Amino acid sequence: MKVNAVNLTETEYVLPGNRTCPGCALTLAYRHILKALDGQVIVTVPASCLTVLHGMYPITSVNVPCVNTPFASTGASATGLVAGLRATGRKEITVLAMAGDGGTHDIGIQSLSGAAERQEDFIYICYDNEGYMNTGNQRSGSTPLGAITGTTPILGKRQNPKDIAAIMEAHCLPYIATSNSSYPLDLYEKVRKAKEIKGTRFIHVFAPCAPGWQFPYSDTIKIGQLAVETGLVVLYEVENGIFRLTSASESLARKGNLKPVREYLAKQGRFKNIAEEQISQLQDWVNTRWECYIDRATNF
Amino acid sequence: MPKTRRASASLTKKANKANIRLLDGNQAAAEGAKLSRVQVIAAYPITPQTPVTEALSEFAERGDLKAEYVAVESEHSAMAVCTSASMVGARTFTATSAHGLAYMHEMLHWAAGARLPVVLACVNRAIGAPWNVLNDQQDSISQRDTGWIQIYARNNQEILDSIIQAYKIAESVYVPVMVCFDGYVLSHTEMPVDVPSQEDVDRFLPPYKPHTILDPANPKNYNLVTLADPRANADGVLCHGYMELRYLLQEALQNSAETIIKVGQEFGELFGRNYANMFWKDNLDDADIVIVAMGSLAMEAKVAMGMLREDGLKVGVLGLRMFRPFPKAALVKALEKARLIVVFDKNISYGSEGATSSEIKSALYGSQIKAAVRNFIVGLGGRDIKARELADAVRKSLPSLKTGALNIEYPEWICYI
Amino acid sequence: MRTRDCKHICDESSPAIGEAGKTGEWRSLTPVIHHNKCIPAKQKKQSCFLCWLYCPDAIIKKTIPIQINLEYCKGCGICVQVCPAKAITMA
Repeated sequence: MKVNAVNLTETEYVLPGNRTCPGCALTLAYRHILKALDGQVIVTVPASCLTVLHGMYPITSVNVPCVNTPFASTGASATGLVAGLRATGRKEITVLAMAGDGGTHDIGIQSLSGAAERQEDFIYICYDNEGYMNTGNQRSGSTPLGAITGTTPILGKRQNPKDIAAIMEAHCLPYIATSNSSYPLDLYEKVRKAKEIKGTRFIHVFAPCAPGWQFPYSDTIKIGQLAVETGLVVLYEVENGIFRLTSASESLARKGNLKPVREYLAKQGRFKNIAEEQISQLQDWVNTRWECYIDRATNF
Repeated sequence: MPKTRRASASLTKKANKANIRLLDGNQAAAEGAKLSRVQVIAAYPITPQTPVTEALSEFAERGDLKAEYVAVESEHSAMAVCTSASMVGARTFTATSAHGLAYMHEMLHWAAGARLPVVLACVNRAIGAPWNVLNDQQDSISQRDTGWIQIYARNNQEILDSIIQAYKIAESVYVPVMVCFDGYVLSHTEMPVDVPSQEDVDRFLPPYKPHTILDPANPKNYNLVTLADPRANADGVLCHGYMELRYLLQEALQNSAETIIKVGQEFGELFGRNYANMFWKDNLDDADIVIVAMGSLAMEAKVAMGMLREDGLKVGVLGLRMFRPFPKAALVKALEKARLIVVFDKNISYGSEGATSSEIKSALYGSQIKAAVRNFIVGLGGRDIKARELADAVRKSLPSLKTGALNIEYPEWICYI
Repeated sequence: MRTRDCKHICDESSPAIGEAGKTGEWRSLTPVIHHNKCIPAKQKKQSCFLCWLYCPDAIIKKTIPIQINLEYCKGCGICVQVCPAKAITMA
């Protein structure tokens, strides 16, 4: 039976009264990730907004066991949890490593790459809000071209983000997926699928940040959807090397037309200074990527 | 709060007969970890520690040791693997040297702060720049404020014995333990080592009982953001602030001396080698001149002591075994008769002096002991230290014995400048 | 003020609702459900529930009619945006 809002479990692991901002995409994504894992999980979390969501000692807002670990060490911490559980005969518990884009693309990439190369048996989810939001929005390796951040305050970022899912794919993982907090059922299904696979599984989750990107809290879902509709974010999965477009990206590919990126940019304060030239650079980048994905897709 | 656990009752039976093998320090460390039945090992190659990890991976691949061996991509990750594996209840081990230990620095704090009984073998080596792969103790001394217990071994037997004891200490007081031994001088030098039987070590060392619960049926979170001030939990019980947690770590180290001595004594009762001490004493009973040194240097100091005794000087040697916790009160008692203390340091706190010298002076302050303390920096970056040079340094310090000059601002260096 | 009843030797936290307090107090506008427009209320059966699906803080209940826990609702207004029947407004 296909999961939908009506039949999706009502058991919640992210509790109300938590510390994240109103309309937080990470909180929404995490809510559905933990539902997909039925709470049967041990989570490791580095410094990030997810640390904020987990709360302040001695109370946590999350109803699953969790260890916090230093920024650079998420992949290694997950490795340690897996090794420790195996050594003590508790093999049935899933280990989830979850970090932001700073903790994944930048400071955490070494320990993640090491763990992935060793094919350690855990799910790694990068929730990507395209910058260091927990420290007040500074540029990361995932910040898009043209975005104003605390460390690109006037000119905006002058480079495209690195493609973390492609980097992880180069590690020959059994399962890689991209998802988006505005498509919680797509996310739920991908985590569910990942749960049943052995080895390092990597899911990249696009997570718009209202205060960092400067849009109204209520628009979190809309911004995430626009990112997909303009092709800036493409939803796909690669299972044992087989590439498939999924959910909204799959139907967009069938329909054949993306919205112009300008529509997405116009709704966010972080792009207020973006130059016309940068917009066309971004549009070219999106178009090229989209064609590559269409070429690779095996499902239409 | 978990208290020190009682020793198992089965310690009364004497150990099996001696099994002497010729081992270098690295092999002794690996044997110690294997006999401790470590469950998760994560390590990264670095000279001169590499043979420890090679030996352990061989034990694991051969099936001699039932452990998860993780060949991590860095030392930072090695300690992250150990801390997380320890949190889910596994006994963990790693080994490193110099830059590897420095690279672990953040994680060393994390392990101690989370009160995880990780054991680390530090094969002491100099730190760059410039590159140098030879021995001094700058690496582990630079980590002295991370909240780890630090044991220094004088010879290869002590390396093996200390690692086994380290687990019992760490898992009693929930503080990680670093067993330090000198690179090359011990790590690559073969010595006869009595390797205990697995059966005997099992009698000595009970399985690890974690204080951290990571179970979906009882979901606890660890190492969240902690406020400066105490905060009540959902049941209204006032829980610690950050500072109280730091106090508890300090208290654990302060009180660990008792456990260290008790564990050392139990070890002695079972294996015939008594470690019920924080430092080794040689000829202190009549000595008014005391040489203080740590690690293998304490053995060299004993040779120097012999030379000086031939000169008719009343010289003793105090070989520091524990650097953290630092045994201040016991030291003052042991140094009661001293009038000249010559401290040799294979490390330097730039702009001040050798670390052990500072500790000794701090211990003496306010005591009845009016001894001059002379500090010599020796053996950095593998510079050979001859007993004759140590003896000469003591002779050079003799005027302090007569003048009673208590202190000299900066240390002297035994080098060619 | 003493923490001697606390048995922790390290930072160990347990789950509870309201870790950050009554987050409903953060709200400037309050969601109001118009049950005459709300699909499950009108159809009197389990349906739609998109507001429940998209609420980041899990403060909406999948009941008929749906309920919003205003004690903890931070007032983001996502529910207003995702409701296909325009049955929720912010006031």
